Parts: sequence; C-alpha cells; structure tokens
Amino acid sequence: MNQIPEIFRVVPVNNFIVLATVLFCIGILGVLTRKNAIIIFMSVELMLNSVNLLFVTFSSYKSDPAGQVFVFFIMAIAAAEVAVGLAIIVMIYRRIQTTDVSLLNNMKG
Amino acid sequence: MVQNLFYFFSFLAVLSALMVIISKNPIHSVLYLILTFFTLSGHYILLNAQFISIVNLIVYAGAIMVLFLFTIMFLNLKDDEFVGSRIWYNLGSVFIVLVLAGLLVSKFAFAPVTVADEASMDSQIGMVENLGQTLFSRFLVPFELVSVLFLSAMVGAVMLGRREKGEKNF
Repeated sequence: MNQIPEIFRVVPVNNFIVLATVLFCIGILGVLTRKNAIIIFMSVELMLNSVNLLFVTFSSYKSDPAGQVFVFFIMAIAAAEVAVGLAIIVMIYRRIQTTDVSLLNNMKG
Repeated sequence: MVQNLFYFFSFLAVLSALMVIISKNPIHSVLYLILTFFTLSGHYILLNAQFISIVNLIVYAGAIMVLFLFTIMFLNLKDDEFVGSRIWYNLGSVFIVLVLAGLLVSKFAFAPVTVADEASMDSQIGMVENLGQTLFSRFLVPFELVSVLFLSAMVGAVMLGRREKGEKNF
C-alpha cells in the first residue's frame, strides 16, 4: 500500500526546481516581448503553471497535502481571472479593433 | 525509466513553452500551450499527484484553453509581428531574462542534492481521499470563498462582455 514511488529516490528536487525556473523565465520573456494581449495572457498562464509545478513537487516530496490543495485554489482563481481578462480583451477589441498592447495609449499623459 | 520519462516530459515542456511565445499565429500558441499542460500533467502523475493531474487536464487544457481558442477565433486576429521596430527593446528583455534564468538555475542546479526522506514518506497524499479530507477540514473557509469569487467573476465577465448602447459591431 505505502510503497514509495521510484521517482523520489532517483530524481532530486533540484531538477524540478530548475524546470519550473526555466518555464517561469519563458513566461516572463513572453510577457516582455509579445505585443498581442492574448499571447501575454497565455504567458501569464505559463508562469502560473510553473508555480503549480513547484507546489506539487514540494508537496509530494514532503508528503504534505496542503501544497496540492493550494494548487487546486490557484487553478480555480486562474479560471476566474481568465474569464474576466478575456472579457476585458474583447471589450478592448470592440473599441480599437486590435489587441496590440502598444496601441493602448489613450491614457498617455 | 522514471528518470528518462522525467527528462522527456521536461524537454517537451520547455520546447512547447518556447513555441508558445515564438509562434506567430495565436492559435498555434494555444495548441502549444495545451501541449505544455499535458506534459505538466505527466509530471504530476510522475510525482504521484493523480488528482491534481486530472484537474489540470480538465480545468486548464479543457476549460481555460477552450476559452482562449474561442476568443481568438471570435476576434479574427491578424498575425502580429515578433520583432518589428522594437528590436532593441526585445534584445534587452531577452538579455535580462537570460541573466535572471542563469542566476536562478546556477543557484538551484548546484545546490546540495535533495531527495525525499523515505522514513516519513506517505505515497497516498495525492489521492482524492486525502486531498478531500484536507480541503474540507483545514481549508473549508477558503473553499467557500472561492465560490463567492466565481460568482463575482461571472457577474464581472457578463457585465464587461455586454454590448453597450449604440454599438453596432458584434
């Protein structure tokens, strides 16, 4: 019943941390370089997922279910955030017929 | 065997995450992001977190990505150009992100190697039974608050997406 999976013996936590770091940096790069608001949003999702991976990793390695419950909450909040964010993007598209964030300069002082 | 699976999933995850931000067509980006989520679900299964893995597939790859696809097809976007006139800005951000990634990865990759403590290991924590008990005892109040958040998000999305008076386009 309580047999320990092989991965906890052969793969150190460090590998998962490095993977999550790389995914997070790719997300930052997407937010910084892309101009399409939807792609920026998708990069934010990527960053959220790398953080989820970290939570699940530590939760599994330390045998603490709280981390996985927290991932569950992050997913719920990400779903709510996406619904509102995409509604805002659709509203912007109605106003200016594009989702290019570099054209959103109506409030430039 | 498990090691090879880990490296395979990691390689695929990084590759598809890069393709998300490289590909010009937003629909390709969404499809690559779905691939990333599938590889992350594979990681969760490797980590013995079956419930989170399935929820990741259902909520992220199922619901959220369909919402993205729906919006992209709804908006009829043109391919946006990747470099354009902002080449120095983009090179600068690539440089900064590379420095950040290099610092973090060098810190974590050469840290003392940590594996799990086998004496206190419980392989059943990722199962529905254990997570449900934690969710409905320690985290009962946040769980109920999430439903309020969903209600407000739903009302907000409907209010934002509503057609305003005198607007003609869709």
